[in-house]
Amino acid sequence: MRRLLSTGIATTGIIVGALLLLDKRTGKEYFRQMLEKHAHRIPNFSVEVSASDVQMVVVRGSDVKRMIRAAFDVLGGARKFIRRDDVVLIKPNVAFDRPPALCATTNPETLKAVIEVCYEAGAKEVIVADNPINEPEGCFIKTGIKRASIEAGARIIYPKPHLFEMVEIGGVALKSWLAFYEPLRLATKVIGVAPVKDHNLSSASMCMKNWYGLLGGTRNRFHQRIHDVIADLANWMKPTLVILDGVRVLMSNGPTGGRLSDVAVKNTIIAGVDQVAVDAFGYTLLGRDPNELGYLQRAKERGIGNPNWGELNWKEVSV
Amino acid sequence: MTMRITRARVISQCFFFCLFLFLVLVSSLERVGGYPVSLFLRLDPLVALSTVLSTHKLYGELLLSLITVVLTLLLGRVFCGWACPMGALNQFVGWLFNVRSLRERIELNRYKPIYAVKYYVLIFMLALALFGSVQIGWLDPICLLHRSMATYILPAINSALHVVYVRQHEHHFAWLIGIIFIVVLGLNLYIPRFFCRVICPLGALLGILSRFSIWRIERNEGKCTQCSMCLKSCEGASDPDKQLRKAECMVCFNCLEDCPHGALSFSLLPPVDGEVTNPTLSGRRAFLAFICGILIYPMMRLSGKVYKSFDKRLIRPPGSVPEPEFLARCVKCGQCIRICPTNALQPALYEAGIEGIFTPVLDMRLGYCELNCTLCGQVCPTGAIQKISVEQKLGLGEFADSGPIRIGTAFIDRGRCLPFAMDTPCLVCQEVCPVSPKAIFTRPVTVRRRDGTVVELRRPQVDPTKCIGCGICEHSCPVKDEPAIRVTPIGETRSPDRRLLLT
Repeated sequence: MRRLLSTGIATTGIIVGALLLLDKRTGKEYFRQMLEKHAHRIPNFSVEVSASDVQMVVVRGSDVKRMIRAAFDVLGGARKFIRRDDVVLIKPNVAFDRPPALCATTNPETLKAVIEVCYEAGAKEVIVADNPINEPEGCFIKTGIKRASIEAGARIIYPKPHLFEMVEIGGVALKSWLAFYEPLRLATKVIGVAPVKDHNLSSASMCMKNWYGLLGGTRNRFHQRIHDVIADLANWMKPTLVILDGVRVLMSNGPTGGRLSDVAVKNTIIAGVDQVAVDAFGYTLLGRDPNELGYLQRAKERGIGNPNWGELNWKEVSV
Repeated sequence: MTMRITRARVISQCFFFCLFLFLVLVSSLERVGGYPVSLFLRLDPLVALSTVLSTHKLYGELLLSLITVVLTLLLGRVFCGWACPMGALNQFVGWLFNVRSLRERIELNRYKPIYAVKYYVLIFMLALALFGSVQIGWLDPICLLHRSMATYILPAINSALHVVYVRQHEHHFAWLIGIIFIVVLGLNLYIPRFFCRVICPLGALLGILSRFSIWRIERNEGKCTQCSMCLKSCEGASDPDKQLRKAECMVCFNCLEDCPHGALSFSLLPPVDGEVTNPTLSGRRAFLAFICGILIYPMMRLSGKVYKSFDKRLIRPPGSVPEPEFLARCVKCGQCIRICPTNALQPALYEAGIEGIFTPVLDMRLGYCELNCTLCGQVCPTGAIQKISVEQKLGLGEFADSGPIRIGTAFIDRGRCLPFAMDTPCLVCQEVCPVSPKAIFTRPVTVRRRDGTVVELRRPQVDPTKCIGCGICEHSCPVKDEPAIRVTPIGETRSPDRRLLLT
């Protein structure tokens, strides 16, 4: 009796198992599914901003801590953007294995000031994340970003391969792409903190291009349509705020730089909710005309933002 | 209460094995700090002896090996019994899997003539070292263990647990290195500590030095009943039940405790008729081993690959000494491979010829040489890669006159490069080029595409006076199968005969 039962269980178990694992797809279906890999949609991280709110602020000065606080104040106060229990992802540029003085990456002091403001506004947690071009361990250490993050109490998430997933970009050049998804999954607010840099291909790398660091895969193909791609990135990521650090600017040999003579002091920080406007102003720090910057014009045509910051509610202050 | 000596030994073996594992685990950019991660290699007298024979100098780091030498001269092969991590691992695997009867265990621990093989291996390899080819790395236990950890064990652990690296590392020929490692461990199921008894050239060297040891295991013939219990757990198979073979004894002290009659002790200067002082070798076979070394050296060195017909993929780490001397120093320990943060360093197969198997070469498709990094030279135990500062590597400060250390030069393949061959913009190579001014500049060209659209392209060109051969261009090139810009050893600073430009 028991033997009959065990034989019966083995038989049904194997047959059921085989049926559950059955794959009857034709080649047509297999490849169709492969192309339509499940891609995540990221939320819109921006906050409600009315026409009477200040949308962009230009802060002149040299003390980044005071400049960052002034920027938040003029924009309506940190609590306008950060609520209690927010998990804030701060996305700095940690792309290269460079000391901070060479301005190829976000100034760690600027990053630290932003993290501190977020915690004071009541954020539950601040995450710092980036997918560098050079080797992540070395980049976070040598740029000073690791120390600044730890000192300010932020958690760094390193770009380990298993933390990447497909994400819908919904752009003109990029439809979906492999992204550094783990920080995006956890975040309720996103703040980009980017330096103003010359760039050999796109002419500049500022806030809009900074989202490149949230993507993975073969990013080295973006260069074939770089201006469309940068506009796509700005269309994809709607951050809470962007902060463009132009206190010390990489004027030449960007995006990697390499000599102090490539760096100029401009003592300006721009912050705002329209990353296109912020980038347009930042471009002038390089001594160039925003009307000639490809990706800004494309962003304007597609309604992603307004490079004519004069048409926004903006302010300029000095500290 | 005094501890049993065997317990102290086990604690010592555990301690050194854990220390070894710790040093391997912290050998990464983030964690290395000031830890002496190449400590075991520096303590290894075989590494020291072979490089002294091949270079006629003792690399400063290797002075530490005198500690092991002196301890062996006094006490015998205590390194093998108390410290060697490979030995501990072999012993552990043998213990774990050996479910044998007492009779079988005793027979397996008797001395066998095959244990003389390790001395022939040692002689053969020292003969090669005399001529300037260091090959001990194949079988030296510390080098073998470091190399297996770096290329096989750690990447395997990371692929499951994601705790070793940020980005997954992998290495060429991990399969071959892994097979060698598993076979070495597997042989312990056949005879306990097979590798240590039969193959290990370091054990052979320490065995030869043991002839001078003034302490050894002594058997009291009055108390001995020839019960052979001392062989039950004898690690070295050194015949403690007869005349102790000093060269085989690993000073594990198991025999002292297994003897039911207390006939064994560890004594100072016991009578020589109770021992076999020298290792048992056939003089004829030893001579043959030496002759083999003499015969094999020229066939390895003169098969091309080392001098004029060097391989275009043989890119050595920055700070490497010129190639013939590199082959006289590199012990294939894989420390540089372990610590290279970008996964660029790989064990060579044939790029440097037969002698260069498992020596480090850069593969720019897997990684590249990070500009501000000099970690490989910091951990090299023999100076095959010299310790250099970042200033020296980049040609800054006091090194501005001599310029940067170049490991090669990049060449553009116009048949594959997108702006040249495909009417498509790119310039990733220029973007990532880390030097300032960049070693890649562009020339503009206007092109009418096949579909009639007109596009202004910028085409890259390498400036060989600026290029240091770091390879990030090749690494980032979107033509992934065979990049449209590739680094070769041309122009490497260490080789005057591989320069390209006159000035």
